[in-house]
Amino acid sequence: MYDDESIYNIYRNVKSLFRTFENGVRALFFQTDQLQHLLSALSSKGYNCIGPQVRDDAIIYDELHAIDQLPQGFNDQQAPGSYTLSRNNSTKFFDWANGPQAIKPNLFSPREKIWQSEQAADGAISFNTTEPDPRPIAIIGARACDVAAMKIQDQHFLEQEFIDPYYKTRRESLLVVAVNCSHPADTCFCYSTGDGPFVDDGADIVLTELNQGFLIDTYTDQGKEILKALTLLESTSEHIEQAESIKAKASAQKRSLPAFEIKTRLFNELNNDAWHEIATKCLSCGNCTSVCPTCFCHSETEVPELDGKSSTHYRQWDSCFSQGHSYIHGITIRSETSQRYRQWLTHKFASWHEQYGRSGCVGCGRCITWCPVGIDVTESLKNFEERRRD
Amino acid sequence: MINPYEPQEAIILDRIQEASNLFTLRLNFTDPEIQNAYEFEPGQFNMLYLYGVGEVAISIVSDPECSHIIDHTIRIVGRVTRGIANLKKGDRIGLRGPYGRGWPMLESKQKDVVVVTGGLGCAPVVSVINYIEQRREEFGHLNIVQGVKHTADFIWKHRYDNWREMPDTKVLLAADVGEALWPWHVGPVTSLFDQLEFDPNNVSVMMCGPEGMMRVVCDHMLDKSVPASQLFLSMERNMQCAVGHCGHCQYGSKFICKDGPVFSYEKIRDLFETKGF
Repeated sequence: MYDDESIYNIYRNVKSLFRTFENGVRALFFQTDQLQHLLSALSSKGYNCIGPQVRDDAIIYDELHAIDQLPQGFNDQQAPGSYTLSRNNSTKFFDWANGPQAIKPNLFSPREKIWQSEQAADGAISFNTTEPDPRPIAIIGARACDVAAMKIQDQHFLEQEFIDPYYKTRRESLLVVAVNCSHPADTCFCYSTGDGPFVDDGADIVLTELNQGFLIDTYTDQGKEILKALTLLESTSEHIEQAESIKAKASAQKRSLPAFEIKTRLFNELNNDAWHEIATKCLSCGNCTSVCPTCFCHSETEVPELDGKSSTHYRQWDSCFSQGHSYIHGITIRSETSQRYRQWLTHKFASWHEQYGRSGCVGCGRCITWCPVGIDVTESLKNFEERRRD
Repeated sequence: MINPYEPQEAIILDRIQEASNLFTLRLNFTDPEIQNAYEFEPGQFNMLYLYGVGEVAISIVSDPECSHIIDHTIRIVGRVTRGIANLKKGDRIGLRGPYGRGWPMLESKQKDVVVVTGGLGCAPVVSVINYIEQRREEFGHLNIVQGVKHTADFIWKHRYDNWREMPDTKVLLAADVGEALWPWHVGPVTSLFDQLEFDPNNVSVMMCGPEGMMRVVCDHMLDKSVPASQLFLSMERNMQCAVGHCGHCQYGSKFICKDGPVFSYEKIRDLFETKGF
């Protein structure tokens, strides 16, 4: 994929990696033994810490109380339709690429109660909305792709005509401690979407894991507040070099988006046979949309109590690959798998630009890894590179 | 903070059976403050909530200047509408809205108007006709065209009879399949189009019904040199949140619930020829 020279070129093109603080001080450094202090500082500020840990042979995000829960010494191998976690001899905590989820389920809940109605004996109906748990959460270990995806979901849920109160409450109390990626998976392509492997902005604190400790940078007042609890050192030029080398290596990714103008091309290729070819493999299972950090579709469902006195209104993640997604009075608009795949791909890579000013793909590669039949979105897109005349 | 998902209680002031599977509910919010503040435009819709069952998007058919009356004409097509059909005067319901962008009524003033509907009684354009009826002198020629598949699908005969009595108004009806005693045209709705009275340079065409029918109407009107920007279509897709969040009603980059449901043909024609969006 990349020889030494191309890595060098990426390296050379990487501009100044670390912002300087307003007072001109470079990114700070802390030794590994301070990592637990960071967790403790967050907890003592009232944050419920959520972080990566190994469960069911994958790295997932859940409540994190101590750094020994972190996936230290673990590494992952990802390929289309395949995810394997293994131990290596590293002492590093974050030497792996993303598992199936990170930030999204913590802000946009997979299933939540949004309101409840009650009917009195005289037929009067009253409504009560449900408020999300107001306890602030801190997510530790989120990657650049997920921070970029969060910014996209912010646009969808917070920056439109209507504001989602459930997302808003959680988002406003969220603190993100991101970690720059050192070992992207074979399925990653964030470098080509411009979203990684290092975090530009959107996180409160950004860590870069080096051999003896972490570079730490803050972007918000909340982040600066947490830093006060740590014993920080000034970073050395050797630290910065180490980080730049990590960034260059992590930027040399096996996959990338094709170079053609995808957003205009896709809508000119709506009748291309390739949609049908992809559909012969696609199971329309919706795994890709479940793991996608930007997919926002959800359905509303009603669960009445057996005594008839109250009823609860839920919303839960939905997928454009489901039969019901395009259902309208007896008609399913997208009855064919080819139409559903086309809906997903054209939305993510084309109409998203018109809706939110950028592509809906952050290059996390999850849809490739977690597709049970290994459909590779970067390969799917290549079908539309040139109009096929067969 | 306002919760855009939360319905408010409304009461059924009246229930009118329009046809065997069609009825109108006249609603009022039970909270007078909410009722007084409520305003809408023709072509906008509300989310109606049937207790214990769920919500459904229904367009408002009453006149925006009498916003104390909120009428919805509802066809029984699914679980929620079947349940709502069983409600009686005095029963309670959940209501939130109004949502969406409606018909371009202000922009259409002093213009001829062609209203084309197909299929079973097209409630979303009833508001247009009512609106013009209340302000007849502010609009040019009014043409009302309704096409049905079978003569038995034709409902609201009395309404069409009344509309025919309005000044400078032409009402044209067609059934694809005729039968004895059907007094109007038999054949596709477009075969009536030569009888329409309008100035192609000064007309708003407002249509509602099956997309196949609307496509034929658009083609015909473009042939008559009506600009695509003056052809307006009411689009329907699955709607669950009505506020542009749930994603079901997306049509390319458009959210039908908040960018529509009424679109000019100019805005959607790129996708209109393709099935599956």
